[in-house]
Amino acid sequence: MKELLTGGEAVAHGMRQVDPDVMPVYPITPQTPIIQGFAKFVADGRAHAELINVESEHSAMSAAIGSALAGARTMTATSSQGLALMAEVVYIAASMRAPIVMALGNRALSGPINIHCDHSDSMLIRDSGVIQLFAENAQEAYDFTIAAPRIAEHPDVLLPVLVCLDGFTITHASEPVELLADEQVRRFVGEYQVPQPLLNVSAPATHGPFAMPDNYFELRRAQASALDAAHDVIALVGHELKFLTGRPMAAIEPYRLDDADRVIVALGSTAGTVKDAVDELRAEGEHVGLLRICSFRPFPAVEVAAALADVTTVIVLDRADSPGGTPPLHAELAAVLFGSDSTLRGHVYGLGGRDIHPSDVRDIFAGGQPAYFGLRGDECLV
Amino acid sequence: MSRLKTLVQNQNGVQPLRGGHSLCQGCGVPVVVRTVLSTIQKPVVVVNATGCLEVATTRFPTTAWNVPWIHVAFENAAAVASGIESAQRALARRHGLPDGEVEIVVFAGDGGTYDIGMQALSGALERGHNFLFVCYDNEAYMNTGVQRSGATPFGANTTTSPAGRESFGKAQKRKDMTAIAIGHHVPYVAQAVASQWYDLSRKVSAAVAAEGPAFLNVLTDCPVGWGHEPRLMPKVLNAAVDCLFWPLYEVVDGQYALSYEPEHPIRVADWLTLQTRFAHLLQPDQAPVLERIQAQVEADWDDLYRRCAA
Repeated sequence: MKELLTGGEAVAHGMRQVDPDVMPVYPITPQTPIIQGFAKFVADGRAHAELINVESEHSAMSAAIGSALAGARTMTATSSQGLALMAEVVYIAASMRAPIVMALGNRALSGPINIHCDHSDSMLIRDSGVIQLFAENAQEAYDFTIAAPRIAEHPDVLLPVLVCLDGFTITHASEPVELLADEQVRRFVGEYQVPQPLLNVSAPATHGPFAMPDNYFELRRAQASALDAAHDVIALVGHELKFLTGRPMAAIEPYRLDDADRVIVALGSTAGTVKDAVDELRAEGEHVGLLRICSFRPFPAVEVAAALADVTTVIVLDRADSPGGTPPLHAELAAVLFGSDSTLRGHVYGLGGRDIHPSDVRDIFAGGQPAYFGLRGDECLV
Repeated sequence: MSRLKTLVQNQNGVQPLRGGHSLCQGCGVPVVVRTVLSTIQKPVVVVNATGCLEVATTRFPTTAWNVPWIHVAFENAAAVASGIESAQRALARRHGLPDGEVEIVVFAGDGGTYDIGMQALSGALERGHNFLFVCYDNEAYMNTGVQRSGATPFGANTTTSPAGRESFGKAQKRKDMTAIAIGHHVPYVAQAVASQWYDLSRKVSAAVAAEGPAFLNVLTDCPVGWGHEPRLMPKVLNAAVDCLFWPLYEVVDGQYALSYEPEHPIRVADWLTLQTRFAHLLQPDQAPVLERIQAQVEADWDDLYRRCAA
């Protein structure tokens, strides 16, 4: 049965059904509906977590590490400045192999302060070693919330998983969402287990030691290997979840790529807009398509290369900039396509929540657009 | 309250913090840790803020800890403890605890308590988590080489508040972190000192028995940062208490009580003279600064004394 839910509500329902043991919460727009929704589920006895009303996002992630490594399934949520504040601890969560699931309502980083969507917050922690899954819509944000604990807690992975959903565009927009039965989700996620939990005092372990040049490099490499292992786990969990939902879940979504000569590569809700434009252009006889990246970390380079093997022109849309360098998604595609015959061009778009419309996508496919797409040429912006 | 023999017996032959760590000779921190952990009868999980204790006891792949131990970062030990305590409550309610109830003990230095760790500590105290936060206060950032902290006393020479022709050392009074903890209305707050294990052990027992957060502020030395011979650790610390600079007291459910009242308090200068960090204050031209310190200490003692008498 489908319900009309915002993305935030859908994620809160997903969390209710996963029913974690601990949930540190701290408000920040636009993720707040997630923690509010979940808190109400707890208040009504429909979810059973210990809520920790922490005093900052830094403490939210810190408490989450303590709780996850103590032996309790732990989820949280944040956005933008909250992620920036907790970034130090996000790196440590990955290195301590804490399988925390966090919803990220993607929002532009300050400054100037802004509450709307872009992906600069995700990109800030690009190299932290956490898994980042980008949802296209509320339904997928829900599906990822159900899949995330299985990926995070897999013994080959044991890493934080971020379910990224575009601020407002997904978090606050109502869409029909199909929820699984509570019992189905409970069975799907199973029991929480981590190696050597802190509360097993009969087998004391030292978590988070000090590592000098003689060991640090090896420990970092082991952590990176876990992210490599996540490729297979995402595929496996996606496959299993599809049995329940009937909906595909994978690291990439190729959309109308057959005989496409021009393909847009994008993350998040913009992919939905691109699909509409692709459908229009296809109806007009143009050979265009979309490759949506669902898993930005780990980046599915092999699948992307295969999907784009016969494409003449690849157009990357980055909803984050890298001042003085190459925008993050563009850089990934440049690496994947190095040595191939495809031409690659890229646009930075939509920073701070600037909308993108199907007509914009048509313009981008047509070519001749500037690197910063949709930027107003005002004299005030000197 | 425990006799020394009992404290040793409590360990059941397994020292929670073993030898082999690399803390300095004369450092009071392992004394504090062993006294605290030997007093607690329940199993413990230790949360450690970044600092000397963490660095010197867990150089990978070795560990000096025989109890579950976690370190995440410098400023967040109390938040990590909040997570473990909430996990414990959730597991007890929903799935059962693998090894029964566990006491969660945080060890953090003065930097990780007074300064960078204060927000997380304040949040955890306000939320009422059932845990024990032990600050080992050696009055500066010793792990990074003796930099001034909010706990560094007025007049102390540190590498970031150096004494010189235009400076008598730290120009500000130290922060009263114990008072800040008391302001959170938690059930148990106390000041203790590493050199008086009997008093410290008694306070640990009271702290663990309290329902809710407990905060112990334990003055300890740093032979390197304070500038004294390692063997003088007990003497220097006892002098801090006997000159009224570091009163031993506790606040149980808001009620103040002195734990020890020196019969014949010594002058603060008698404590300062034992440490090279104050050597510059003992020059003749610094007499006014010394007088200021003496007056500050006496005023603070009088204020505390009134609270305890009330």
